[in-house]
Formats: sequence, structure tokens, C-alpha cells
Amino acid sequence: MLNTFTIHEVLDRLNRGECRSEDVVRSVLDAIQRTDGRIHGYLAINEADALEQARAADTARSNGAKGRLLGVPIAVKDVLNVKGQPCTCGSKILKGYISPYDATAIARLRDEGAVFVGRTNMDEFAMGSTTENSAYGITRNPWNLDCVPGGSSGGSAAVVAADECVAALGSDTGGSVRQPASFCGCVGLKPTYGRISRYGLTAYASSLDQIGPITKDVRDAALLLQIMAGVDAADSTTLPSTVPDYQSALTKDLKGVTVGLPKEYFVGGLDPEVERCVQEAIEVCRQLGAKVVEVSLPNTRVAVDTYYIIAPAEASANLSRFDGVRYGYRAAGAADPLDLYKKSRAEGFGPEVKRRIILGTYVLSSGYYDAFYLRAQKVRTLIRRDFEAAFKQCTVILSPVASTPAYRIGQNSADPLQMYLGDIFTVPVNLAGICGLSVPCGMASGKLPVGLQVMGPALGEEAILRTGYAFEQATQWRSYRSGIAKENAGSQVRL
Amino acid sequence: MTTYRITIGLEVHVQLKTKSKMFCACSTDFGSEPNTHICPVCMGYPGSLPVMNREAIRLTVISGLMLGCRINPHSKFDRKNYFYPDMPKNYQITQCDKPLCLGGGVDIEVGGQTKRLGITRIHQEEDVAKNMHYATWSGIDFNRAGVPLMEIVSEPDMESADEAVAYLQTLRHILVYAGVSECNMEEGNMRCDVNISLRPEGQTTLGTKVEIKNMNSFKGIYNALQYEIERQREVLAGGGKITQETRRWDVDKGQTFSMRTKEDAHDYRYFPEPDLMPIALPETLVAEWAATLPLLPAQRREKFVREFGLPEYDAQVLAAEKAVGDFFETAARLSRNPKAVSNWVMTDVLRTLTEKEIPISAFAIKPEALAELVDMTDAKVINSNTARDVFAIMLKEGGQAKEIVAARGLAQVSDAGAIEAVVDQIIAENPKSVEDFKNGKVAAMKFLVGQVMRLSKGKANPQMAGALLEKKLSN
Amino acid sequence: MTDDKTQSAKKMDVRYVANLARLNLTDGEVAEFQAQLDHIVEHFNQLRSMNVDDVEPMAHATPIQNVFRDDVVRPGLERDVILNNAPQQASGLIMVPTIVE
Repeated sequence: MLNTFTIHEVLDRLNRGECRSEDVVRSVLDAIQRTDGRIHGYLAINEADALEQARAADTARSNGAKGRLLGVPIAVKDVLNVKGQPCTCGSKILKGYISPYDATAIARLRDEGAVFVGRTNMDEFAMGSTTENSAYGITRNPWNLDCVPGGSSGGSAAVVAADECVAALGSDTGGSVRQPASFCGCVGLKPTYGRISRYGLTAYASSLDQIGPITKDVRDAALLLQIMAGVDAADSTTLPSTVPDYQSALTKDLKGVTVGLPKEYFVGGLDPEVERCVQEAIEVCRQLGAKVVEVSLPNTRVAVDTYYIIAPAEASANLSRFDGVRYGYRAAGAADPLDLYKKSRAEGFGPEVKRRIILGTYVLSSGYYDAFYLRAQKVRTLIRRDFEAAFKQCTVILSPVASTPAYRIGQNSADPLQMYLGDIFTVPVNLAGICGLSVPCGMASGKLPVGLQVMGPALGEEAILRTGYAFEQATQWRSYRSGIAKENAGSQVRL
Repeated sequence: MTTYRITIGLEVHVQLKTKSKMFCACSTDFGSEPNTHICPVCMGYPGSLPVMNREAIRLTVISGLMLGCRINPHSKFDRKNYFYPDMPKNYQITQCDKPLCLGGGVDIEVGGQTKRLGITRIHQEEDVAKNMHYATWSGIDFNRAGVPLMEIVSEPDMESADEAVAYLQTLRHILVYAGVSECNMEEGNMRCDVNISLRPEGQTTLGTKVEIKNMNSFKGIYNALQYEIERQREVLAGGGKITQETRRWDVDKGQTFSMRTKEDAHDYRYFPEPDLMPIALPETLVAEWAATLPLLPAQRREKFVREFGLPEYDAQVLAAEKAVGDFFETAARLSRNPKAVSNWVMTDVLRTLTEKEIPISAFAIKPEALAELVDMTDAKVINSNTARDVFAIMLKEGGQAKEIVAARGLAQVSDAGAIEAVVDQIIAENPKSVEDFKNGKVAAMKFLVGQVMRLSKGKANPQMAGALLEKKLSN
Repeated sequence: MTDDKTQSAKKMDVRYVANLARLNLTDGEVAEFQAQLDHIVEHFNQLRSMNVDDVEPMAHATPIQNVFRDDVVRPGLERDVILNNAPQQASGLIMVPTIVE
């Protein structure tokens, strides 16, 4: 049951010599064996490699090595390059590709001794909100196997929620870390744009993407952020600002914190259970000493449109490199390069990816650029200004992460637009380049997790982590486990 | 018969002399084994990101300054989207609406007049990979992918093939002079596409533009233009219309041919490159770079004439190559006799460089040492023959002129007493020559002076020796 | 870049755009995507009525500029690694069906 612990609980036991990393990894591998057949959170595990990494960590520890993640197994969304491992991005077009290099974030975790145990499922090229767009099958929500885990980092959230790993990495472009964390009852963090290097993160939308941790509690998220954050010479968009000590920002109260509630986010249309959980969470914050004020984000109503113009536009260019020439899938029987591209991409990409590539190509094309892409970039400025103005009146902004708990599998497949509109609460954070945290705040009808979103200004991670931590410590939501997680805990029930 | 006015514009791509590529740290070395200078960035691997090479930006800015351009205070990169096997990302990172340099131009000589040919803009971009064609397959070498390129777009100011070539030669001279690029078309580090249109004399609107590609030398460009001018003239004279198209020059057939295009005109869908931050070069930095600029060749010639009093011919020879000009200037400033320095450089130095096939940077004698040699000769410490010997020694063994002269006792003897002793001995030993001289044979004097030089092992001051002999024998 | 075709409520030419993006589509896909994308693009009309005349486009989330690297050569990838990932390679080159210029 070592697999059921958080990173800091595992580290405590490792550092006290109560267990070895090999034990932790074996525990995780056993849980995967028992569970993943039903969940399908993982796309690839290399057992032998994981155990070898674990043993190396144990040896290093006994030789006095002090890595902050030494021997801790982390699951990685299949969108991040880890040297020597596959990186399918949930797509057929990258079948067979082996990463020749480590993403910077991975290298930083590796330097601290992390053990990379497996690759998790995702919506193809991070395009989706349910992980139903994976070319390698769907992932099921550990809380209810008929429901989606969210997306696009659904695999990472599911395996954390099912205790099939200790912690995981995802990526967030329009909510892809926060929303699955919310659907699966985990903590999910999207840092400020530029806080964590994107070098090695297969690009979806370059001006929106960020790597984010998906963890069992806020303290773990703070630790992973601490290690990965900071300027990187290989990524020109990283921020040169120093990385503060996030752990020391964690307090058990919210004295001096003003919480803003955007009136545009609470106008109705929310699932009543989601509304209830979020309102109760706001009340808890008040009890903890926070002041609550109303703020306004007037351009909320155009955020989804703005996102679905900019993200597909950038993606249409970022995915042009997948052409069957240098790596990945190449269609058979092509007569010339033009034919090669059209066939390989037709056969290698799934429908949602094709849709977004076409949409993105369209909004950049001659005659449409001004009306769509350029206009959307201007509206983006307005959205960013909304947040800047709001943060003058409050420390953090609270909202739901999604208007409903996890959808049923197949519920939204017919109507892409409906699916897109579900991202209303999460995309503004990416558009504005600010930070956001999802923390469990209740159970809808006692059955499916609901997440609370805590938004902070650019480089405001300390404030959102503090708020999330205080809330988490004052409530019992992080100890809620799904049925599957309880199985994975053995006969002992964690408190 | 209708006369046609010709309008020509040139787009020149120049590979910059940086050590690493534009957006990654791979080597730009030419001629290596295929696919040995590659990394995730220049291969367009998933997750890779570009980072700008400062030196490439500097070389482009310097080129702009040397070509009289304005440096754009705000500049940025864009993505130009199109698919081709030599494109690792199927978009090229280039500059669309905010290039690094705007305006500028070069002066050429046409029929004794100076004509100014305008430059529209200069921007930075990355080079594509290299395709090798086989029967049913093409092979791609990504070594060249990502090498920094500078694109210089001219105003459509040229009106003949001669002017086009003159423009290219002047451009090349300036860029080589500044050390920006080798600008060698045969090696591919300078490429040129041509746009040409014809219109009947008197018509103000330009004719239909045709683009010509695939010329690998200045001669090729000249010939392609001459062919195309004739072709278009014939079409127009026959009442036909010129199709707007891209044609390729076939050097073997000596003709341009329409390129088969499988698709419509490209829609490049330019948008700002999100992975690269904008460029706002501080004025102080541009000034710092400007201070490293060499003078243009013409300006340097003028300076040599003015400051050192050199004849035009000398100035032209010395200013032709920047490094030679630098060498001369350093030596001339340290010497009392710049003209003598010039003579040495134009003759002995340049000849040695040619014989040994070395650049002046590898020349064994440093400018300071040459200056010293010149001044010693000027001060008559050594005579000119000795100077030649010392030069040869410095070349072969190194060392400074002063030390060599001292060590080998080569100093010219100008002590009248010492020379007189030698003169007396020579007179005594050569009665026949003395007789000849007294009988009017001038050649005999030369012989006697030569004997004095021989006996004094070349160290006697020949002018003094001659004067003394004359004096003694005129009695 | 400045002419605005959207004034004439023309529907997206899905085949044309897919061709720009080098994607083969079946007739079924063209029909399906046409309906879905028209619906989505129509929703974008919300943006059209907004006054953004004096607003700068937000090209970057971060206000930094002049991010450069020194002109230093660093080792890249071994050729074998690249060739192993290539679907087709020979003699150190990555192969594609012949390009007709």
C-alpha cells in the first residue's frame, strides 16, 4: 500500500529507512496490474526499467544522495519527451517514435532522483476534454467506470486517483490539467505561462501550453512545481523571475486573503451539485479568515471563441511537422511527397485533430486572418486586462472548474461545440497567461468529485497554493478515495 | 519597332558566417557527412523550440548598416507555413512585417555614371535542408537545415542584365569585406532569384512579373536574364501575353523553362512566431555594433589617399581586401614613411601571400615589424639591399628587424673613416678599373662601388662609398 | 492580409482548407466536418461585433524581449538516433518518394 501515499509521505518513509524505493515501485506496479485493465490510464509501462531506476535510487540514497524526489515514482503524460521512451501523444502518427532527449522539466525531476514509471493516456495531441480522443482507447474514471476522467490529461488524473502511482505530470492548454483533476478528485496545477519550460513538451498551442503536476495533495503539487520551475535557456518563453520557496507559502489559514468571485461565472447553468460544493467551499474560505468580494470579468462570454481560434491556429502549424518523413507513421504506397503527406496525415490523425487543424488553418488563411486570428489576439488582450483589473481587488479568484461533474462516456461525442463550451471556466486562465489550481471540494450526489478552481495573477502561485492548502487542510476531501483506490489500499482504509 | 523598358528586382539569400545555426547550437560546418550536425530543434522533433543566435542578428544588422539601411527598432519573427521535404517543421521561421533592416542601397558604375540601386529590406530566416535526387527516391540531409540566412530584397531598380550583375558584385564585395559571409554562389552560400518584367516604352504600369530560379553563378544570372529578356520581347512583340509564373534556368540548354506547379499560389498563413520573443535592439547595442563596422572599400581608398598621401593606384590595391587594408593601416600608422610601407605591402608581402597561398592573417611578419624595418631603412641604419635580406630572414625565422640587424651585424656602416679604409683598399686592388673610370667609363664606378660593398659584406653605406670613390678618383 | 472575405457570409471550403493542411478527407469526412465547423465558426461571430480598434494583439503572454543565445556549437544528436526514428533511410539520408521539381 505504499502506492497510496503522497510524495511527501513516501519520502518520509524512504528517508527513515522504513522502505526502499524498489518497494514503492513494486507497490505501484502491483496496483497497476490489479487495476489498469479496468481503467486503462497507462499506455506504456516498462517494469524492468522502472525497477532498475528504483534500485539505482536506493543505492544512491545509501551513498548519501539527497535528491528531493529520490526514488519516488512519477507517471508521465504521453506528451512529454523522456529519453529512450515512446511519446505517442495519444496518436497513431507517433507510433514507434522513441524520444532521443529529455524535456527540461523531466531532466530537472530526474536530477532530483524521480523514477519515471510509465506513460499515461491522453486526448490525441492534447485536443479534448475527456480522453475519448485517444487513438489507443479511452480511460475510465476510477470513481465511476462509466464516466470519463476528463481530458486531455485524463490518464494522469485517473492513475493518481486510483493510486496507480504516487503523482503524475500533465499538460494544460485550456484546462487539461485542472479539469481532469477536478473530475477525478485530485489536485491539478497550471502554472503561470513561462514558469515551467516547454522544451520537450510536444506543442499543441505554443502561447497557451504549460506542464502541470497532478497530485494527491497541494503540498505535492508545490514540490513538483518547485523542482520544475525556472528559466530555461532552451525555451525563450520562460520567465527569468526567481523561483520562490512555494512550501513556505503554505499556511493553514487565509487571514489577509481576499477572495474574488467573478459574477459572470455564477449566472446559472451550473449543475446544482457543483454549485453547492463550490458555495460550501467559499464558505470554508470565509471561515479560514478570507474576505470575499465580487469581481467582474466582463469578457468571459467570448473566452471560448477566442481560445478556439487561437489554439487551433497555433496547433495547425505545430502539427505540420507530423508528415511521415522524419519519424512516426508513414503511409504506404505514396507516389510523391505531396501524396505522402496527405495519406500519412489522413491515416495518422484522429477526427478531432483533423477538425482543429482545419479550423486553425482556416482562421490563418488569406482573407480570414484579420477577422479571426488577429481579432482573437486582440480580444485576448481584453481578457488579460479583465484579470489584471480584478486582481487589484482580490488576492485570488475562486470558481468552479467545470459546470458539471464528469460526463458519461460518449455523452458529448456528437457535438464538438458543446464539448468546447464546457471549457468556459478554464480557458480564460490560459488566455491571460495566469496561474490556476484545481483542488477537490466535494462530491456530487456523493458519487463524483467536484473541483474548486483557485486562480491567481501571473507569478501568483504562492497565493493559489496557500489558498488551496488551507482549504484542503480544513476539509476532508483529499482523503476521499474511489472504490478502486480503496481496493488498491488493501484492507486498510487511509484517513 | 517597339522598345521595351526592362525592370529587374533581385532577392538574394546569403548564408551568414556563424559557428552555430540560427535557432540551435548545431555546427554550420560545410561538407560534413550527411545528418551529422543535427538536433531535435533543426530536425523538427516533437517538443523542440528555437532560440535566436545573437551573432546572426548582429551580422544582419551590420550588413544593413553597411548597405545604408535603417535598423528597425522593433522586429520579430513569423511562421511561414508550407509543406516540403526539406522543411523540418513544414513552416519556416522568417520575418514578415517587421524585418531587421529597411531601405538602403548600393552604388554601381554604369557608363561612367554612378547609379544608386535601392534595397527594400533585409530580413533574417533559417535555411532549409538539402535534397539529393535519385531515380525513385530523394534523400534529405538536414545539416543545412537551420543555418542562418539573410534575405536582401532589392527595389526593382535594375534595367539590364549588366546592372543586375553589377549590383550583385557590389553587394558581394561589401558583404565579404564586412566578414558577414563568403558569398560564394558556387558553394551555395549566396543564392539569387530574379524577378523581371518588360513594358513598352512610355507605359508607366509595370508589365507582368516572371520569377526565375536555379542560377548558380553571376554568369548564369546574366545569361538567364539575357535569354528571358529576349523571350519576353518576342512574346510581346508578337502580340502575346506574359504569364505570371516561376521559371527555372537550365544552364545546359541555355533557356528558362516554366516550372510545373501542382498547386495554386501559396497561402503562407503568416503569423507571429509564438516561441520567440520580439526584438527591440537598444540604440547603444546597435551603436556598439556600428563601431565595429569597417569602412566601405571606396571610403577606405579615399582615406588612404587623404591620410597617407598615397597615389590612387596604391590605395586601390591596398583597400581591395579588408585584412590587407588593416595590415597596411596598422603598419603605416607606426611608420614615418607610409609610402614605403605601401610599396613593401604591394610587392613583397602580397607576392609572398600568393606564393604560399596563405591569407594575410597567417603572414609571418606582423605590421609592427614591417613598420620597424621600413623606418630603419628610412633612417639609413640599413640599406635597401640589407632590408630585403632582413625581410627574408624575418619571413623564414621570425624575429624583429632591430634584433636581427644587431645580432648579425648587418647595420650599415656610415662611419666615414671605416668606409675610407675599404675604399682605399679597393682602389689599391683594382688599378684597371680605376684607370677605366678615369678614362670616362661610368660603368667602372659601379663596379668599384660594388667591390666596396662586397668587401664590407654589404654593410657600407653605398651612397657614401660612391661619394668617397668619386672624390678620391677625381684628382 | 487585410481583405475581409467574411463580409460575404461564405461558408468554409473544407476541401480547400484541408488541402492547405495536406490532409486527405473522405467525402463523409468533408460533409461531417463542414456541418460541425460551420456551426463553430458561426459561434465566432460574437467576436465580430466587438470594438477592438485600439487594442494591441496579445502575441505573447510574457513581456520579455531580446532572448538570445551565444554563437557556440554544442553537440546535438547522433546520426543513428535520427536514422532509427526515420521510416525510411539509406546511406545516412532520410528517404522520401522522389520529389519532382
